[in-house]
Amino acid sequence: MRRNPVVSEVSDLLVPAILLFGLYVQFHGDFGPGGGFQAGVIFAVGIILYALIHGLEKTRKSIPDNILYVCMALGLLLFAGTGLISMFLDGEFLNYSVLGKTPLAGQHLGILLIELGIGITVAAVLITLFYAFAGRRNK
Amino acid sequence: MNWILHYNYWVVIFLMMTGLYLVFARANLIRKVIGLNIFQTSVFILFISAGAVRQASAPILSESITSYANPLPHALILTAIVVGVATMALALALIVRIHEAYGAIDDDLIHRQNGES
Amino acid sequence: MLAVTAIALVRLHSLFAAAMLTGIYSLLCASLFVLMDAVDVAFTEAAVGAGIITIMLLGTLALIRESPDSKEPHRLQILPMAVVVITGAALIYATRDMPAFGDPYAPAHQHVAPRYIEKSGAEVGPPNIVTSVLASYRGYDTLGEVTVIFTAGVGVIMLLGHRRKDRS
Repeated sequence: MRRNPVVSEVSDLLVPAILLFGLYVQFHGDFGPGGGFQAGVIFAVGIILYALIHGLEKTRKSIPDNILYVCMALGLLLFAGTGLISMFLDGEFLNYSVLGKTPLAGQHLGILLIELGIGITVAAVLITLFYAFAGRRNK
Repeated sequence: MNWILHYNYWVVIFLMMTGLYLVFARANLIRKVIGLNIFQTSVFILFISAGAVRQASAPILSESITSYANPLPHALILTAIVVGVATMALALALIVRIHEAYGAIDDDLIHRQNGES
Repeated sequence: MLAVTAIALVRLHSLFAAAMLTGIYSLLCASLFVLMDAVDVAFTEAAVGAGIITIMLLGTLALIRESPDSKEPHRLQILPMAVVVITGAALIYATRDMPAFGDPYAPAHQHVAPRYIEKSGAEVGPPNIVTSVLASYRGYDTLGEVTVIFTAGVGVIMLLGHRRKDRS
């Protein structure tokens, strides 16, 4: 692949910013627009940009497939697990009010956890999709 | 004039029918997927426009605001968009496999090959 | 604008340009969502539509390398057009019963939405009502949808991922 120094430098500047923005959207979703779905997508886009510029192999080395597969399941389990924990704490499934000292604190913690789960799953799935489509060519 | 207030539905229907036409008329499978994408987006617009309220603001609580847009369709569509991408990726993956099996992504060509074999 | 882009999508010959135009179409949609006060949705649509969908379409195109049949110009087909026009006319006829755009008294705003708007601040906490609805009130839906995404990811991995193992 032909390397363009401008593209490569600018993307090096942009990728950390995009990843940071993804995290901001993830944890600021309660207050402004944002949340797990958007954060996952933005995070994945940052990684994909890196992979587009620096090549798939390099990205695959730093974020191997196995970790992504684990993350896909981990996010979903975090979501369902939060629901189960609240069930064991005498609430209903996915009723977070019992998680904290006050219902509001519990709700806050619960939303934070499941948004994190959503974000992890979405980001991992989208990066995996990109790997699958882009990696197919090289075989 | 009452009917002019329904223009959002007209836009939705137009887009929906455009997508449907793409699915019907085009033999190329990728174009069919793009048509489905347009169809899907028209449904998103339908939901969001159903949730819109005149002179309302975005549904983020604040003391100075009294009228909010309906948050329920937003939450539904938010997830639907991401799910739509995932299913679209699945469709594209199927297309890639079909191309590997038949060497074509054209409906007619695939049918012809099936008929001959 | 959206309509023009959609028509261009129908008429375009080149799949590459169609993929690019899909991205533009998504961005237009996102701005439309902002106009209709759906900032969360616009956010997602912009990131997903303009970023991921375009990349995946291009990835697919690179994999299948443009089959020759897509080069011939498209001619209007009568039967699908007729079906589409008739369906569209029927739907437009049906909109006469629908509430007007932006009507605060539409049935959609009467059922559970007022409760979400009034109580979610006290019951759930976050100022962003969409987040409370998504994560707390409709947690089951969201769990199901995350499962769908997970399943789609697994499906793509099975379809495209492990070819090498089969060969060896």
